[in-house]
Amino acid sequence: MSQEPILTIENVSKRFTKDLDLAERAARKLGARIAPMTVHAVDDVSLSIRRGEVLGLVGESGCGKSTLGRMVAGLSAPSSGRILHEGRDTAKLKGAEARDVALKVQMVFQDPMSSLNPRMRVRDIIGEAPQVHGLVPRAEVDAYVERMLAQVGLDPATARRYPHQFSGGQRARVGIARALAVRPDFIVCDESVAALDVSIQAQVLNLFAELREEFGLTYLFVSHDLGVVEHISDRIAVMYLGRLVELGAAEDLIARPNHPYTRALVAEIPSFETGKKTYHAIKGEIPSPMNPPRGCHFHPRCPHAHDRCRIEVPRLRDVAAGRLSACHLNDRAA
Amino acid sequence: MTTHPAAPPRAAPVDSPTRRIIAQFMEDRVAVLGLILFICIAILALMAPWIAPQNPYDLSQLNIMDGALPPGEVSFGTDMTYMLGTDQQGRDMLSAILYGLRISLMVAGVSLLLAITVGTIVGVTAAYFGGRLDSFIMRVVDLQLSFPAILIALILLALLGRGVDKVILALVIVQWAYYARTVRSSAIVERRKDYVDAARCLALPHRRIMFRHLLPNCVPPLIVVATVQIAQAIALEATLSFLGVGVPITEPSLGLLIANGYDYLLSGRYWISLFPGIALVLTIIAINVVGDRLRDVLNPRLQK
Repeated sequence: MSQEPILTIENVSKRFTKDLDLAERAARKLGARIAPMTVHAVDDVSLSIRRGEVLGLVGESGCGKSTLGRMVAGLSAPSSGRILHEGRDTAKLKGAEARDVALKVQMVFQDPMSSLNPRMRVRDIIGEAPQVHGLVPRAEVDAYVERMLAQVGLDPATARRYPHQFSGGQRARVGIARALAVRPDFIVCDESVAALDVSIQAQVLNLFAELREEFGLTYLFVSHDLGVVEHISDRIAVMYLGRLVELGAAEDLIARPNHPYTRALVAEIPSFETGKKTYHAIKGEIPSPMNPPRGCHFHPRCPHAHDRCRIEVPRLRDVAAGRLSACHLNDRAA
Repeated sequence: MTTHPAAPPRAAPVDSPTRRIIAQFMEDRVAVLGLILFICIAILALMAPWIAPQNPYDLSQLNIMDGALPPGEVSFGTDMTYMLGTDQQGRDMLSAILYGLRISLMVAGVSLLLAITVGTIVGVTAAYFGGRLDSFIMRVVDLQLSFPAILIALILLALLGRGVDKVILALVIVQWAYYARTVRSSAIVERRKDYVDAARCLALPHRRIMFRHLLPNCVPPLIVVATVQIAQAIALEATLSFLGVGVPITEPSLGLLIANGYDYLLSGRYWISLFPGIALVLTIIAINVVGDRLRDVLNPRLQK
């Protein structure tokens, strides 16, 4: 694995703003206290992903991990910040170059049913983009689609079927084949196995691992399930309410979590150890992202919170070799 | 890697959505009857020049001596029997109805196709791009739909003058908005599904995503609206012709035939208006019955 970053996320934020409608604007003129509502789905996140690695991105639902994944895949534009693919700002590219970079970054979606067009045959689902973009000559598309199907462990004869004629696991494979067919080097997996049975999950995860070897792929693996991410990732990034709170090598992070939030997540990974294990849900509810707590977002639920946590936002900084964490407790210890 | 023992998909032909819909449609006898009736009417209309006993547009074939004969009378000149009587110019009503159906269905059909094309393009564009463009287009649609169709059509025809092409234009202008709204509402639901994002991720051109990916998934409601609207179009054309602003007198549609006989209704010559009226009502009922059943069959909420 080389150290050269294939994808760099620089201070990326995504804000969703609900503007006031006419009546609300009028009410405001008359003195009502209404402000446009803004959600910081992703708040100043910086990350760089090395060529060939698997970066797991975990967090509770609503923490902005999927939004970040969608921005990386080019499906939505960052409100601020830049996303660089091999050093090139993806937002500034035009024409053929923009298309080539867009094809290099593909996405595998969560719901294997709604991510496949129900009115298209598998042959067209997989073969359309390579044909339209001229990656494969028209006459060879059928053969190419069959090769792709074989690659993801499906019978090439299934090319003539429609998505509803497949099982969930097979649909997930079709979705992977579709992404692979445009020869990407980076794949964003957005909860790609969350909708599958556990046994099928393992098969699809193995498939991801095989394809990575074969095509030298890099993954951004977005999931709420630390147990899944643990097995496939080289490094893990943990997000909480739009901010990156911890980043480190996978095994190390699981073994020695630094941030209290990561510690809480790791404590809840189910294990096969015999004996009694009691699970403690993290105290409290995830706060509303429309009105997040001041200071460290995690402080209302953190067992170690002190005054500084309520006021000052902790910076993400090195706490050990290759490990970043955003927690004031690290300053205390030092 | 293990190839998993997938749930054996049911045999493809039976499972195809189109076949299932056809099978479900066939369960309703009334709808099947309506469909058969409509097909018969359409065939009669199409074949009019070959099956009609007389060409009602050819004035040299008409005999003024045969004017306003009741049904079943025999012509004075030839030995032809007028099954449905004649109008005041001695025109065979059966032939006039067949030719009139032809005009009515042609006008409705052509305007339907044009209105669907315009409405679909506008609706899918609005749903796909969203934002201001969507708001603007939908306000135009709302404005259009807030006026009664007949009023808009009357104003347009008063400005444009008479003629089959002008009636078609008026019908398209009156009807496109229904299709635009229908397509937009289903496209806006489909737009949020992952397969559209997947297509965007594959950098497919917008036009391709709109018309190859989104549109085919918006078709069922469109079919339902189209069957309702084609009946509306036939009725609207008949109304316009009845009011004297529709098709020209030389090519009478059903509405114009009814209007022609209107003056004679109270003098006992009921057949001049009655038979074209029955033809019009049967056509509209047949289409509506089929449309109702299609709506039931295609509505996803009514399925298991």
